[in-house]
Order: sequence, then structure tokens, then C-alpha cells
Amino acid sequence: MRKRVAVTGLGCVTPFGIGRRALFESLVAGRSAVSLISSFDTSDFKTKIAAEIKDFDPDPYFPKSETRRMDRFTQFAAVAAKDALFDAKIDLNHLDKSRAGIILGSGFGGISTTLEQHKNLLERGARRVSPMCVPMMIPNMAAGNLAILFGLRGPNETICTACASSSHAIAAAFRMISSGKADLMFCGGSEAPVNPLVLAAFSSMNALSKRNGEPEKASRPFDKERDGFVLGEGSGIVILESFEHALSRNARIYAEIAGAGSSADAYHITSPDPDAKGAESAMRAALLDAGTDASEVDLVVAHGTGTLANDPIETKAIKAVFGEKAYKTPVISIKSMIGHTLGAAAALEAVAAVSTIAEGVIPPTINLETPDSECDLDYVPKLARKAEIECVMTDSFGFGGQNSVLIFKSVNS
Amino acid sequence: MYFEKIADIVRHHLALDENIEITPASSLKGMKIDSLDVVEIIMKIEDAFEIEIPDEKLKEFQNLGDIADYIKLVKES
Repeated sequence: MRKRVAVTGLGCVTPFGIGRRALFESLVAGRSAVSLISSFDTSDFKTKIAAEIKDFDPDPYFPKSETRRMDRFTQFAAVAAKDALFDAKIDLNHLDKSRAGIILGSGFGGISTTLEQHKNLLERGARRVSPMCVPMMIPNMAAGNLAILFGLRGPNETICTACASSSHAIAAAFRMISSGKADLMFCGGSEAPVNPLVLAAFSSMNALSKRNGEPEKASRPFDKERDGFVLGEGSGIVILESFEHALSRNARIYAEIAGAGSSADAYHITSPDPDAKGAESAMRAALLDAGTDASEVDLVVAHGTGTLANDPIETKAIKAVFGEKAYKTPVISIKSMIGHTLGAAAALEAVAAVSTIAEGVIPPTINLETPDSECDLDYVPKLARKAEIECVMTDSFGFGGQNSVLIFKSVNS
Repeated sequence: MYFEKIADIVRHHLALDENIEITPASSLKGMKIDSLDVVEIIMKIEDAFEIEIPDEKLKEFQNLGDIADYIKLVKES
């Protein structure tokens, strides 16, 4: 029999600071984290904005001797994981570490390290490439380092499905516990993509907003004037436990993760299927897995990137699954405020989704000013809304047509 | 002066506290660091003194004093 799985800890690193409270309060207040990029010169770039984490400092969390051997994306994950550990009040000395593991997602891994060392190679020669290049750039190192930091010897994996990575990671951790293979899992994802190559590469695809004159208005999911997504960075970590394990240590249970669905578009390398069949089948699979249906869903935390293609197609998928109820179900995009954090996005959306259940308030989709006839659902424009939330669906769709949907439920329901 | 510069590089690279003493008799192996750190420290020393230390020479060094002596020899001969 399948075990029930509780969400007992939430940690994050975002432009709003460290911790769930800093994130969720800012989301509810409708703040934008988008500004002009300060970490490098963007003179030659069409897009000059991102939701950067400025003045990130891992020092209060880990000694320099640990963090100096980590890429920025691993540092984000390490700090978010420690934040989640405190949040869940886990005592590592009283944990069966062989039954506790980590599954994280990342799209790019340690790409700053890759770029830095490639520059070294070209400018200074093969003998000047750091021996730390490989252990800092490979995408599995966030999960590897967390295991070392916390001594967790249970399942340890990394999932790379672009912008759906951390949703698939949470789903994999959920199955690890529901099938009895682990008692407790850290899961989620991390991304640090704000660098010249990634900015230029997404720019060449015309995927990014060029609203450089009004950075805080650039990320506008579901708005008719949207012109692409805004790059973001950060990490979200969710701690999942079997109900028995959580209850045995008197843990606070935020919510339950009830189901996960996965699918592929099998359509195009970057464009979503215009018929929305892949997104629709991931949503249906997640609802079925959760033993529920769309009639019970009180909120959709959308993928909602603000690209021309995503928003109407995601809307179409929601309508296909929800029928008439689609028009009565709030659908939000927190990317309107923190940009698109790629491999960390779904984890931060999970943090937001669980927070709506815990706090009874739905953050808005900001910058939704001009309605688009193809995006005609209730996106909670501009202002947060109080509501009792028992069941939330979160959508994530990655390049390659890789889709993942999660269902979180209140433990009262 | 060679040794002091090497000690600074090691201290900075390993983010060591000021109260941890580094002497010519200190060895990189004795500092409980792994082979990756050893390579990085040697690269930084090579950069700082603008020299290249041959791999076979590296095996002969017992401690930081040996590295300082070798650099003195190369730079002053």
C-alpha cells in the first residue's frame, strides 16, 4: 500500500532573500524582483534585465572552506536546504541517515564555472584549467554536496528536464517515500543562469522580454503585451516525509503531496504543442495519481512564463482538463514577480503552492493589465486574494516537451 | 620572502584562520586537504611566481619550505 507523503519543510533562496517568509510575503505584496543586470556588462545585449540575487552571501550558513568548492547554483541549493532543515526542525543526530536522501533538479548546473574555466583554457592554456572545474560544473553536484554536508546516505539523484527539472525531482522524491524506499527526502532544484552566454542564447531564440526601460513590468504572464520571459535565479528545497515519520517526531505538516503526472509533447524541441496535448495529459495523470479530479482543485500555480507561446497553450490545457470550472479556478504565475528560474522554478512554485494552503492567501499575477482573448481565465491580476485552499495543482513544462504536474492537498481535506 | 608568499597563498586558498600557523615544515598533505586542493594551490603558486613546476619535481617536495627553496633556486639562478 502506498504511503502518504507530508510536506514538512520549505526553504528557498530568491532575490527577496533567504527563506519562505521573505518569498511569500513579497509575492503576496505583488513585488517585482526584476531589475537591470548588475553582474556583467549588458551593453551588447538586446535584453538587459533579470531577477538577479544581489549580494548573496552563504557565509552565515556554511564555512568558506565548504562553499569555496561550490558553483553558485550549488551554494544556492546548500543555503536553501539548510533553511528547509531549520524550517522542518530536523535534528540530524536523530535521523536514520540511510533512509534520508536528496533529489534535485537543475537545467544548466554549474554553468558559471564552465564559462570561467573555458575562458581560462582559451586565454591561458590547458595547464590553467582548475581541477575544481569538473566537480563544480556538473549538474549533479548540488545533490552530491548536500549529501556530504548533511551525511544523508539514502537515494541521491539529479534530474535534468530543463524548466520542469525540479518538478520531476519532487515527483521522484515523492515516489521514493510513497513506495517505502526512504523516510525523508530533500527535493527541489537550483539554478544560477544569469551570465552572458545564457542571456545571449535565450535572447537569440527571442524568448526573453526586451522591456529594459521598465524592468519591473517586463514579466507579464497572460497579458496581451507580454514579450517573453525574464531570466531569474535561486533555489527552492522542499522536505518530504512519510506521514509516520513526520508524526513520530511531531513535525509540523504544511500539506500533503498527493500526486504527480509526467508526459512528453513529442512535438518540437522548444515550442509547446499548440494542441496542448502533452500539458493536458500531465495534468490528467497527476489528478489521477492523487485520486482526485479537477473539480477539487482550488488553485493552479501555472508554468506561466510570459512567452507568446506558453500562456495561451497552458490556458488551453487547463480548459481541456477543467471544462467550465476552468473559468472559476484561480490560475497564478509567480514568474510575474521572480522571473523564470528554470530548473529551480517548479520548486519555488511548490513553496508558493504549499504556502497558499498554509496561509489562506493567493499571490497575484502582476503586470496583467491588458487582457488577451486567448488567455481568458481568472489569473488573480495585480492583487492578492484571501481564499481557503485545499488542493493546488502546479504546472511545469520544459524545453524538449518534458512536462510535470504536481498536486498538493491540505491535510484537513 | 618566497616562503611568506607561499604561506599567504595557502592560507587564502584554504580560507584558514589567522591563528592556524603555517611554517616551512608544514606540508600540504599534513593539512588534511585532498589532491584537488594540492593541484589548485600549486597552480596559484606557479601563477604568483610566473614559473612552471614540473610534475616530477612536485613529488620530491616534502613541505612548503622545499617549494620555497625550489622557487628561490629557479628565480635566482
